[in-house]
Parts: sequence; structure tokens; C-alpha cells
Amino acid sequence: MITFIIRRLILAVPTLLFISLILFLLLDLAPGDPMAQMPLTIPDEVKQKMREALGLGEPLHIRYFKWLYQFFVVEPGYFLDWLFGTNMMEGTQRVVSWQFRTPVFDTIIERLPQTLWVVAMAYVVGVLIAIPIGIISAYKQYSVFDQAGTLVSMIGFSVPPFFSGVVVIVIFSVKLGWLPSIYDTTHVVKDWESFKVQLMQMIMPVMVLALQTTAQISRYMRSAMLDNLNQDYVRTARAKGLGEWSVVMVHVLRNSMIPVVTVIALGIPAIFGGAIITEQVFKVNGIGQLLITAIQANDIPMVQTITFIFAVLIVVFNLIADVLYGVLDPRIRYD
Amino acid sequence: MTEQTPDVIGESQPRGKERSQWADVWRQFRSHKGAMMGAFVLLFITFGVTFGPYIWDIDPTKLDIRNKDWRPIYMPLFSCSWTDWCIPPESLERMKYGWAHPLGTDNLGRDVLATLIHGGRVSIAVGWVAMALAMIIGTAIGVASGYVKKLDGLLMRFTDLVLALPLLPLLLVIMLLFRDTLRASFGPELGIFILIVCVIGATSWMQTARIVRADILALKEREFILAARSIGTPPLKMVTRHLLPNVLSPIMVSATLGLATAIITESAISFLGLGFPSDFPTWGKLLFDATDRIQNFPERAIWPGLMISLVVLAVNYIGDGLRDALDPRIRGR
Repeated sequence: MITFIIRRLILAVPTLLFISLILFLLLDLAPGDPMAQMPLTIPDEVKQKMREALGLGEPLHIRYFKWLYQFFVVEPGYFLDWLFGTNMMEGTQRVVSWQFRTPVFDTIIERLPQTLWVVAMAYVVGVLIAIPIGIISAYKQYSVFDQAGTLVSMIGFSVPPFFSGVVVIVIFSVKLGWLPSIYDTTHVVKDWESFKVQLMQMIMPVMVLALQTTAQISRYMRSAMLDNLNQDYVRTARAKGLGEWSVVMVHVLRNSMIPVVTVIALGIPAIFGGAIITEQVFKVNGIGQLLITAIQANDIPMVQTITFIFAVLIVVFNLIADVLYGVLDPRIRYD
Repeated sequence: MTEQTPDVIGESQPRGKERSQWADVWRQFRSHKGAMMGAFVLLFITFGVTFGPYIWDIDPTKLDIRNKDWRPIYMPLFSCSWTDWCIPPESLERMKYGWAHPLGTDNLGRDVLATLIHGGRVSIAVGWVAMALAMIIGTAIGVASGYVKKLDGLLMRFTDLVLALPLLPLLLVIMLLFRDTLRASFGPELGIFILIVCVIGATSWMQTARIVRADILALKEREFILAARSIGTPPLKMVTRHLLPNVLSPIMVSATLGLATAIITESAISFLGLGFPSDFPTWGKLLFDATDRIQNFPERAIWPGLMISLVVLAVNYIGDGLRDALDPRIRGR
């Protein structure tokens, strides 16, 4: 197992390097110039100096290796400094955003809580709804509940979040006026009242994102349960007189959860990408919104860093899913 | 499992009862209610957007400021006076609506029905072409890595790499980078169309490639392939004659999924403001443009969104039905 993890970790390094190279080359083609908005009165040689200060003007490969160095050495170093109060990274150049003129990671850390609140909460809610739905629809296959579950998950698959989001805004904030249509990120939770406000503004984005999660995971759960319900060990468990509850909820569920857990792990990075749209609909200023504004403002370092973080998430969660599969299912041997 | 029954058996059967494979598939498909409904809706919408402009021949780009902000013709249905849920009669009197613009007009007086039809044309065309492109790339890579052993490792690592890319952010970045160059060389409409189709096609072939590769690997071990090889079938003929027809069913199923994702992805890009321009709108763009004034004119957002969702729902149901119909284990029953 350990050798497998180490091998996968070593394999992940060239993957990530290659992805970062693709991103770097792609973004290098960007037509934008960070100096475009500077006043025209600045002399050309000063502009050239400013460009160099931003890390431009050097050959492509030098810039690429500098970026790699900054991303993998300098930024973690700053993080350690912040963690332990040391200052070993002082004086080194960090990845600087072109639009804010501040380190990219500071802005990302600033925006991360909003995304995590909404996205992570939505994922947890979606999974918690999906698993019971999957269990019941499999146990009562072709019942009314199962048919309804199929329809709901079909709708969840088909209705894009930018439409379901707009529809819930029309219904719950325009017509009924129950929930706020815009997510207020400056809101601070201090007491019970402010917590309720936070809850109210989270309901809609969380539900929109959770609908998609539920649609996918409940399908997986259902088919995994169906695969297991007809197995011999289930008949054996019933034959030796176990109660129906412990047959289904202990024997069948534990075996069915193996593929579902890996699917849940694999879905985590995808939902960060999907959150881009939901954040745009509900005006949550999280990572996704930061990415969109960075793309529109031609802020190359920001775009590159965020997309690369997404890629890292995908690779890491793929690894986690593989490892989990091996840990949970004793039949899987990686050696 | 899906290879043609040998001719000998076909000829020994009585003439009237001869059943081809595709007739079987069709029979099974027809028994799937959702799939039939989906096929009907998809055909209806496709015909509607193809021939709609000849029936409803209002120019969708024509501005008519005097007739702006018409409401849909069905607004009186929502009028009543006993709850504040619906439109009170006095505000209904102030509304402009009529058969000249059944779905109303937008804030510049453009007819909503006409923009919806023309937007649908683009959305559905993007969906089909991008899906076809993804299928061609996916099948080519899948067949190559399944059939040619030397290419297998390389192509599959490449597929894994592309799967690890964060696709939506990447799509947005590519849209931004190449929009202006392509617009300059092919014109604003065709340029964006080519760009969107290529970008979606180039980022959604991976699942197809994996499925096709797995199927080809399994097929290669079968006796009929050995037989074909033993009579000296050249490799190209082998692929086109024996392998491709047998992987057609998984390709068709993933094609329906591909069509659905292509339509959603195009709308998402347009919704984020990086797709087609406002004067050449698709459903996603119409939805995006309508969200700012959704409080006053919800119908402008609801209709394009409903069309996207309907098409995707229909396509998903067709995919569900196809999967059942093409699986011979289910079809027998």
C-alpha cells in the first residue's frame, strides 16, 4: 500500500508539471499587457522597468522556472513563516497579481472561506440527501419513490445551475421575498440572529449546488446497492435470521459504500469548477468569482495560480480516491 | 455481443419473421416511455429552431424602441385580485401585450420569440457539431490505443492528463485568448462558433476514448477477430469492418451524453459572458442578459433557461433509453 501511494505521488509530479507547462504556455499567448492601463505620460524606459519588476521581459523558459520556484518554494515558505512566525522567506519575490498588485495567495486566502462555506456545505448536504435516497430507491426498486427519485436526479443532471439558480431567485426572493438573492460576504456571525441571517442567505446557493451532487451520488448509491442486494452473502445473512435493518444497513450498505466513497472523493474538485457558475449567479465573491474577474481583467498570474490550484485538487483527489478504494475494499491489492 | 448474426442463420429463418438487429433496438427503444418522449421533444425543438424562422419571420435583431418591454401574451392568465401572488388588474391594464409579440419584446424592442428561435439554432448547432467532433476524436484515440499496442501507454497517459485539467476555467481562458484572433479572421459569428465548437470538442472526448479502448481491447480477444485476421484482413479493414460496428453502441450512448454536456457547456460559457456576443445570442446568453432585470421581466430568463433544460433533459432520457435498447442482455426480455 505504502509503495503504491509513493509510486502514485511520484507519478503525480510529472503530471502536475506538464499541466503547469500547458497553462503557462497557453496564458503566455494572452494578448493583454499589464501596462495598458498605466498613464501615457510614463516614459518608455520606466514602463520597461515596471514590466521587469512584474517578471516580464525575460525569456519564456526563465519565466516558467521562476514561476515554478515561486509557486512551489516561495509560497509554501511564506505559509510556514506565517504559521511559525519566522521570516526565512524575507526579500523573495512572491506571485503578484497584476490587478491588485498584492500577492496572489493573499487574495485567494481572503476569498477561500466564502467558497468553502457555500461549496463544502453544499457538497455535504448533497451527499447526506443522496445516500438515503439511493438506499431507499434501491431497496424499493421500481416503486413510486424510486421513479420519483429517478425523475429528480434526471432534472438535477439536466437543469444547469445558472437556470435553477435564477428560478429559485425568482420564486424565493422576488415572488415570496423569503430569502435574499445576493450573498452578503461581509456578514459576520456573532450571535443567534446573525447566524440565522447567514443560514438564510446560504440556503439557495447550497440547494442549487446540492441538487447536482444529489442527482449524481444518489444514482451511484442506487446502482451500488442494487448490485449488492442480490448477492449470496445477503441471502446468507437473511437465512441466519438477521433482522432486515441490519442486513440492509450493515451488510449491504457497507459493501455498497466502497464505490460511492470513491465517487464522492472524485467529485470534490469538480464541484469547485461548478461553483464558478453558482457564485456568479448568487454574487458570492469566492474563488470562482475571483477567477472570472481575473480572466476579464487579464490578470495572468492570478488566472494561472487559480487554475493550477484546481488541477492540483483534481490530481490529489484522484489519488485519494484510489487509495481509499484500496483501503476500503480488501479485495483490491495494488502490489 | 452485438456482432451480426451469421447469414446462415438469417436465411434459415422464415422470411416474415426476419429481425434485424436495429429493428430489435428500435422495438426496445420504443418501449421506453421517457426516451420516446425525449426523442419527440428533441425532434420538435430541432424542427422548431430549423424551420421556425420561416414561419415566424420577424428579424430578431430589429430594434423597435417604441414597442419595447412587451409582456408575454399569457400574462392575463396570472391576473386576479384576491391574492397579492398574482398580477392585480390595474397593473395588467398598463402592460403591453398582444399577438404581435406572443412572448413579448425585450428592452430594445426585439421580439423574444424570434430571438429564442435564432438563439436555439446556434445552441443546438453548437451542441451537435461539438459532440460530433468529440466523438470523432474520442473514437480515433480509443481505437488507436486499443488496437495498436505501442500507442496504448502513450495515448492513455495523455487522456489521463487531459482528464486532470480543470476544464471549465481552461475553457474560459481559451475563449478569452483566441476570441479576437478568430473573430478577425472568420467574422464575429463564425469565428466564435468555430472556437466554441473546437474548444468543447477538444475537452470532452476523454470518456469516449476510454470506453472505446476498453471495448476494443475486449473485442480483440474474440474468435471472429481471430477468424478475420486468419483470412488476411488488412488492419484498416479490420477496424472499419469488424471493430467499429461493434463499438457503435457505447459510442452512441456517450454521444447523447456528449450532446447534453456540449449544450450545457456552451450555455455556461455564454452565461459567464465569454461566449457569443449579445447581438448574436444563444440561449445561455439570452438567459445571462435577462438576469439583471429578472425582478420585472422573469419570462425573459425563464424561457431560454427552460429551453436549455428541456433539450438536455430530452437528450438525457434518450441516452437512458438507448443504453437499455443497445444492451442485448436487457433487450432479450
